[in-house]
Amino acid sequence: MAENVKPRVRVPREVAAGETITIKTLISHKMESGQRKDGDGNVIPRSIINRFTCTFNGETVIDVQMEPAISTNPFFEFDAVVPESGAFEFTWYDDDGDVYTETKEIAVS
Amino acid sequence: MKLTRRHTLMLAAGSAVAALLPMRAAAAAEEAIAAFTGGADVGSEGITLTAPEIAENGNTVPISVSAPGAEAIIIIAAGNPEPGVATFNFGPLAAAQAGSTRIRLAGTQDVVAIARMPDGSFVQASREVKVTIGGCGG
Repeated sequence: MAENVKPRVRVPREVAAGETITIKTLISHKMESGQRKDGDGNVIPRSIINRFTCTFNGETVIDVQMEPAISTNPFFEFDAVVPESGAFEFTWYDDDGDVYTETKEIAVS
Repeated sequence: MKLTRRHTLMLAAGSAVAALLPMRAAAAAEEAIAAFTGGADVGSEGITLTAPEIAENGNTVPISVSAPGAEAIIIIAAGNPEPGVATFNFGPLAAAQAGSTRIRLAGTQDVVAIARMPDGSFVQASREVKVTIGGCGG
């Protein structure tokens, strides 16, 4: 497992029904591209997060397929509609098979 | 240093390889685009790609893309060793078919975004980003 992987997500706690919110996500990950070489000239093997998804109560908001050209500590910002109270689930899929998740509850006022 | 026949040949071979490299990268980018569009015609209306004109550090270049109504948007950096950057697929709860992220660019190049619309058509936008320090290590 890649070490020190920590997801951070910003979602408002409360929102009016049907309103649009902006979500920002960041996850700490070195995103080794597989292009770099170490001091001895050996290629450092690729190790990245290759997919990120966001769902709300099971319905997809966004699903991003990622390549090595995404920067270290991948950041995404996007807009979502909130039809009802529920939970946003964020999932990151690592090359090494690990899955990192984060959940954020949101209430409709 | 005396310029011998061998040196001249090596120089010629070297410059030929140098000339081929960007062509090979461009071919890979075209392949990536063809894989996404299936060879369909690509329009240019209805998609916005925002990227800085000059990026001092190619390791983290902020970009954002927006294509109202799109199903999916692919981002391609033709000058990178691997042209693919990311593919955004939008679900029913996406309020806007738009997203922002940070990408790596190996050098000054055109960044291309192509959106697939629900009717099967494609639109494209591209922006040149000048990179001072490339972002691929090495």
